[in-house]
Amino acid sequence: MTNIPETGRTPRVQIRLVIIQVIVFSLLFTLGGRLWYLQIRNGDEYTDEAKSNHVQRVVHPAVRGSILDARGVPLADNETRLVVSASRTELMKMKDRGKGVMTRLADVLDMTPKEVMDKIRLCDSQTPKPCWNGSPYQPIPVTLEATTQQALQIRERPEDFPGITAEPTAVRRYPAPGKARTSQVLGYLSPVTDEEIQKAKDTDSPHLRSDQVGRSGIERTYDKQLRGKAGVTSYEVDNLGRVMGETESDPGVPGSTLVTSIDARVQAVAEFELAAAMKEVRKTTDKITGRKYEADSGAVVVMESKTGRVVAMASQPDYDPNAWVGGISAADYAKLTSKSSNYPLLNRAIQGQAPAGSVFKVVSASAAVRAGFDFNDKYLCSSSYSMGNRSFANFESQGHGPITLGDALKYSCNTVFYRLGHQEWQRDGGLKPKKGAHDWFYKTAHDFGFGSETGIDVPNEVQGRIPDRQWKQRFWEANKDAWCKQGKKGGTYVEQIAYESCLEGNQLKAYDSINFSIGQGDVLITPIQLATAYAAISNGGTLFNPTIGKAVISPDGKRIDEIKPRSHGRLPVGPETVRDLDKGLRSVVEAGGTAAWRFGGWPQDKIPMHAKTGTAQVYGKQTTSWFATYTKDFTIVMTISQGGTGSGASGPAVRNIYDAMYGLDKTGNQDLRRALLPRPQAGLPKIDADGSIDAPAVKPYVPLPEAPPTGQAGPPGEVWMGGRTL
Amino acid sequence: MTGANNFSVSRYAPERGPLARLTARDSLLRRLDWPILLSAIALSFIGALLVWSATRNRTQLNQGDPYYFLARHALNTGIGLVLMIGTVWLGHRTLRGAVPVLYGLSLVLVLAVLTPLGATINGAHAWIVIGGGFSLQPSEFCKITIILGMAMLLAARVDAGDLVHPDHRTVMKSLCLAAAPMGIVMLMPDLGSVMVMVVIVLGVLLASGASNRWVFGLLGSGVVGALLVWQLGVLDEYQINRFAAFANPELDPAGVGYNTNQARIAIGSGGLLGSGLFKGSQTTGQFVPEQQTDFVFTVAGEELGFVGAGLILVLLGIVLWRACLIARETTELYGTIVAAGIIAWFAFQSFENIGMTLGIMPVAGLPLPFVSYGGSSMFAVWVAIGLLQSIKVERPMSA
Repeated sequence: MTNIPETGRTPRVQIRLVIIQVIVFSLLFTLGGRLWYLQIRNGDEYTDEAKSNHVQRVVHPAVRGSILDARGVPLADNETRLVVSASRTELMKMKDRGKGVMTRLADVLDMTPKEVMDKIRLCDSQTPKPCWNGSPYQPIPVTLEATTQQALQIRERPEDFPGITAEPTAVRRYPAPGKARTSQVLGYLSPVTDEEIQKAKDTDSPHLRSDQVGRSGIERTYDKQLRGKAGVTSYEVDNLGRVMGETESDPGVPGSTLVTSIDARVQAVAEFELAAAMKEVRKTTDKITGRKYEADSGAVVVMESKTGRVVAMASQPDYDPNAWVGGISAADYAKLTSKSSNYPLLNRAIQGQAPAGSVFKVVSASAAVRAGFDFNDKYLCSSSYSMGNRSFANFESQGHGPITLGDALKYSCNTVFYRLGHQEWQRDGGLKPKKGAHDWFYKTAHDFGFGSETGIDVPNEVQGRIPDRQWKQRFWEANKDAWCKQGKKGGTYVEQIAYESCLEGNQLKAYDSINFSIGQGDVLITPIQLATAYAAISNGGTLFNPTIGKAVISPDGKRIDEIKPRSHGRLPVGPETVRDLDKGLRSVVEAGGTAAWRFGGWPQDKIPMHAKTGTAQVYGKQTTSWFATYTKDFTIVMTISQGGTGSGASGPAVRNIYDAMYGLDKTGNQDLRRALLPRPQAGLPKIDADGSIDAPAVKPYVPLPEAPPTGQAGPPGEVWMGGRTL
Repeated sequence: MTGANNFSVSRYAPERGPLARLTARDSLLRRLDWPILLSAIALSFIGALLVWSATRNRTQLNQGDPYYFLARHALNTGIGLVLMIGTVWLGHRTLRGAVPVLYGLSLVLVLAVLTPLGATINGAHAWIVIGGGFSLQPSEFCKITIILGMAMLLAARVDAGDLVHPDHRTVMKSLCLAAAPMGIVMLMPDLGSVMVMVVIVLGVLLASGASNRWVFGLLGSGVVGALLVWQLGVLDEYQINRFAAFANPELDPAGVGYNTNQARIAIGSGGLLGSGLFKGSQTTGQFVPEQQTDFVFTVAGEELGFVGAGLILVLLGIVLWRACLIARETTELYGTIVAAGIIAWFAFQSFENIGMTLGIMPVAGLPLPFVSYGGSSMFAVWVAIGLLQSIKVERPMSA
């Protein structure tokens, strides 16, 4: 064809036809470009959106792993409860949106229809609790505590209860074998928060909305291992939410079993004895305040000396961890977090801190050796030590003459350490410290592990405090403004102190160093730090990270991940000094020592016992009782806040724990059949071929009858006498 | 290959059998525009698959028969092909004479929609239910009669050699001719069809060689009209939102915004190769409403991917490209105008339909030519193909 005007078309028409053609094809190219943009450039984004559009996931939560003691006794496991759940999708499809079914259900469960409906409504910003914040495709639990009768009623009449299931479901349980609650050590679970879901979203163990997560204790530390992986079945649904088919199903993995080093039997003894000792000491009158001892809190740690594994750990006051199961009630929660209950959620073994008192003297003795003093030289144990116009008394103002550092531990002689501490302070330059001052006492305290976490495998351990020059400076900078405001020259005692602190609170004074030498003043330690340090003296110098978890065992029992003991350093003194300290501590329980009266009849030749007592002064409170002990295999540390003296309050309880572990009676005769744990538990519990672990029975602890009088009645004078500490 | 030559050749050719006649070099069959025909058949075939996929599971629509829509679509295509053959047989020049009748008939039909005979389907009061599951959408036929009618008026004196371009009076008359059915369709209201008709009128005016004043005047009055509607607040805010929801689905998330959003997800998730026919989750899950008709392109996007959806664009491109050639190469202005009207119609309706599923055009209820399910639309586009073929082969007055 040609474009001859003969056809009737003018150039105008011809040009316009070309214009039409251009427009048409630009439109087509626009569509093509947009198609490329949506499908190729942004395709992935829309693929994801399409997926979330049409796939609904139904979650079968993994059964949480058990927590076992060293012999396989469950400390935390799961019990089967009858859980009645409602399928929201099915109810909403009904003509009355499930009202009839829910009313009938409420009747069976002895609830009101409103209670049932509230339980299955979906949470949003306007809905008050109770409401369901999980997936609406998930069966929503209406009650965790259906009776068999109720469950049967529901299951026998499925036509009356469409969309309702009553099925046995695993629910966490803390069985407290032999009354060993192990509350704070185990911790507890509570529902996962939005932030946690966000945080764990891209990890290999994402949370589900319905998840419970470990909130404290080993439930939290080993949460990932215990939780397992939930099974997920993905259903393809259409635009109305109707299921069209199953796309994939991930069976999930049950949680692993955690074997701990806790021995339920010893734990039961420790819990019982701690509580009993506190009860006992509350009957005693404090000679300083004239009031009965408050004994408001206490803790005990039983540790394997050679590994740092924790055999028992108790903290008073305690609580029943089962209170958290299935959601804690508001009343229970208020009780657990109130001042009047004195915060039972705190694990005082790792979160309680107090001045150390005389248990600190092993640090001072080691510091003296590092500073160049000979452990076995004689140092004057005078009845008091004078510095300027101030006098620091020994207890009972009793002197022992020149004695070795070992004997200074035995008699808990303050003046020996006062003098050493003061001398070192002077050598370091006193108020104007030399460049490169050694600060041996403070340095040694740090090297023994005080002032920092031990690294135990339970969360929220506190650091304690070593009041060295650096701390003094920081503390002064933080507080000087308040002090300077409050302080007044020649005012009341408090004003006077504030005035002095304002002027020179950043200086490490002579009396600071004297106080510090016997673990007084601003120093704070935790029971677990003390146990770690004494275990190190016992084992020749290794500071172990205390551990509670011993092994993680896969659900089929095939994979065993042992948690090996790890050390975070060694004591800063040579083996010879460690031996000297060991000898000194051994003499504490022997004739003349401050703890001898508590260890009458102890078979010292067969099971050598080492101990150190401590009675720490706390401003405005009654004294804190400390008792640190160890044998070849075990270290036991006990403390009672406002509990009086070390051996007085804690002594008998610690002795009772040892008696139970070694199978000793009050006169020191050993009966190995009665012994709960004469040696550390070697190896793991036996795992059957199917992965299950048999739990030996645990008999409740029956304390021995009171000892017959051994003739060594009464303490040899560990009584507060106006000095600083014992 | 002018008509006169062809005739002289065949007149002196020896007598041939029917098959030989059909396959002869100068036969009607050989002279048909095969690219257009094959592309249109391919589009209808793809459409059948997509409609099938979209309706297989829609039990409340297909009366329990998964092949219901497939069969109907195939039947519609068959009828369409017959209508095309009939149109080629008659030829566009013959139809030129019948335009007054056809135009009158289409006017009666659209008017009938406004009477109790009319039915509302999918929110548009644009249908006449015939019975037996069949219904008619007269506005589809109006598109053809408007093209034919305007072409007849505009080309009459030019083709007769009286004028170089249609005069103002003729243009005026042709606009009135178009305005009558458009006004009625507007009353239904079927705004989508009105939009297409406006574009058809524009295309026809352009191709007729009418004065620029008419073309720009028409464009200008459209813009002014839209601005007035906007400024005077004739529309409620929700209506404006509904219109704007194509760009921002959140403006109307439950209504049109939902459609565009789901459509975009369906197309976007297709990727390069798509999920495979019948395997699209968005399609099987019926997330996109009206997926066998207005949103049929989303099925292609999801299940056939960029390759399949792109193929539809390419096939439409072939049809439009060939139509442009036909418009430029035919000997009469009448054929040029008819072809240009069809080009404007197909191009705009395709662009609007696909554009709304891609989120670049506002949502309007318009079918995708050949692909969407729907008898009236299918018949209309096949008649249009018949007209194009007839123009191409230069059918004489009396076939």
